[in-house]
Amino acid sequence: MSFSKVEVRLTVNGTEYVRSVEPRYLLADFLRHELGLTGTHIGCEQGVCGACTVLLDGRTARSCLHFAVQVSGSEVTTIEGVSADESLKPIQDAFHHNHALQCGYCTPGFVMTTVEFLKDNPAPDEAAIRRGLTNNVCRCTGYVNIIKAVAEAADNMPGGEG
Amino acid sequence: MKPAPFEYVSPESEEEVLDLLHQHGDDARLLAGGQSLVPMLNLRIVQPEVIIDLGRCPSLAFISAENGTLVCGAMTRQMTAERSPAVRENCPLLAKALPYLGGTAHRNRGTVGGTLAHADRLAELPAVALALDAEFIARKSGSERMIAAADFFLTDLTTALEEGEMLHSIRLPRADGNHHTAFVEVGNRRHGFAIVGLAAALEIAADGTVAGARLAAMGVGAAPVRLHEAEQILVDGPAGDDTLRAAGEAAAQAIDPDDDIHASAVYRRRLTSTLVRRAVQEILGNEAGS
Repeated sequence: MSFSKVEVRLTVNGTEYVRSVEPRYLLADFLRHELGLTGTHIGCEQGVCGACTVLLDGRTARSCLHFAVQVSGSEVTTIEGVSADESLKPIQDAFHHNHALQCGYCTPGFVMTTVEFLKDNPAPDEAAIRRGLTNNVCRCTGYVNIIKAVAEAADNMPGGEG
Repeated sequence: MKPAPFEYVSPESEEEVLDLLHQHGDDARLLAGGQSLVPMLNLRIVQPEVIIDLGRCPSLAFISAENGTLVCGAMTRQMTAERSPAVRENCPLLAKALPYLGGTAHRNRGTVGGTLAHADRLAELPAVALALDAEFIARKSGSERMIAAADFFLTDLTTALEEGEMLHSIRLPRADGNHHTAFVEVGNRRHGFAIVGLAAALEIAADGTVAGARLAAMGVGAAPVRLHEAEQILVDGPAGDDTLRAAGEAAAQAIDPDDDIHASAVYRRRLTSTLVRRAVQEILGNEAGS
């Protein structure tokens, strides 16, 4: 049996890319190694830690749990695409102000998760924020400052939503 | 880790899917949302020769309601079902259980049929299917059959689906009478793997007593378990704390849970008892008792 390469066509942060990769190539590896977008981090590679979270056609997805070929034709937004859009900048500012990161490894995943969370929940209370972030793992901060940052970002979003 | 190499096919019709399944048999795995299968591929727990991706077969993703029976195509995304007015209206128990399945990112991509066919012992929807007498529509090349929920889940990660067979859809019949439901679970986090969960459907008589009860627990065995003894006590007993306590105790005695790193068997029994009481109290809106 041959495992020949397949063509993958993805629009990432507004730019279309076409590459040939093996079918087993993960979306996370495609972003990092084929496109050089190393902001998407790989932690557990089994969908638990959330570091590799991206937006796939506008909704969060674990990029380590998708093969690039499987999502060919989709639109992907990575952490590199977030600051290009000024309306999403308040999240990154709030993480900075509140010291919501230490080593920063988990941060891209937290920011991408927060982008979607604040779209769905423009005025969340603390319990809702905790539930919204429950599947992203941080080993440094103890989460308190991350929760503060998301609350501040919610207050600072233009029009109360992203 | 990275997955072992495989051949990838992405059929665009059910006929093609079934032909490919027939052709490759057990050498192939169906890829639905991938939220359970891809971790197993990454860890090389499974190493199929062929991956048949169902993601480009649109006819498998649908939700419809016929005379109160909800029909859910296997490739319906969990988040789509969770947000569907047809699901909320026709099958509230499914709508209540769906948020527990995983994080938002997992539910955005995971499918209703995927989690059911994967049949993890800690999955929520098998318990819901069992509590509601769901019907599983299985297709293989040239034939279709219906499998009752009670016959579908054989053991951990194992269903009654045969080689060459695919879960096409599930049917969730609406129960007659004045039915109310609850889904409760206890775990380390709200979304994601629980320790024990319970799906409950009660028929409430005009005088407020329990006329019928269906309870299905997850996390207490290799497959979801109906709690018949507890159900009978709820129907027979006078409304009140003593009956609730007796039902919880009967549920705890009826199961045979395992010890593992997450919880002891003793804790799982106690939790099951508590969850029976909690679910029934939630349905009856009874704050008294504990």
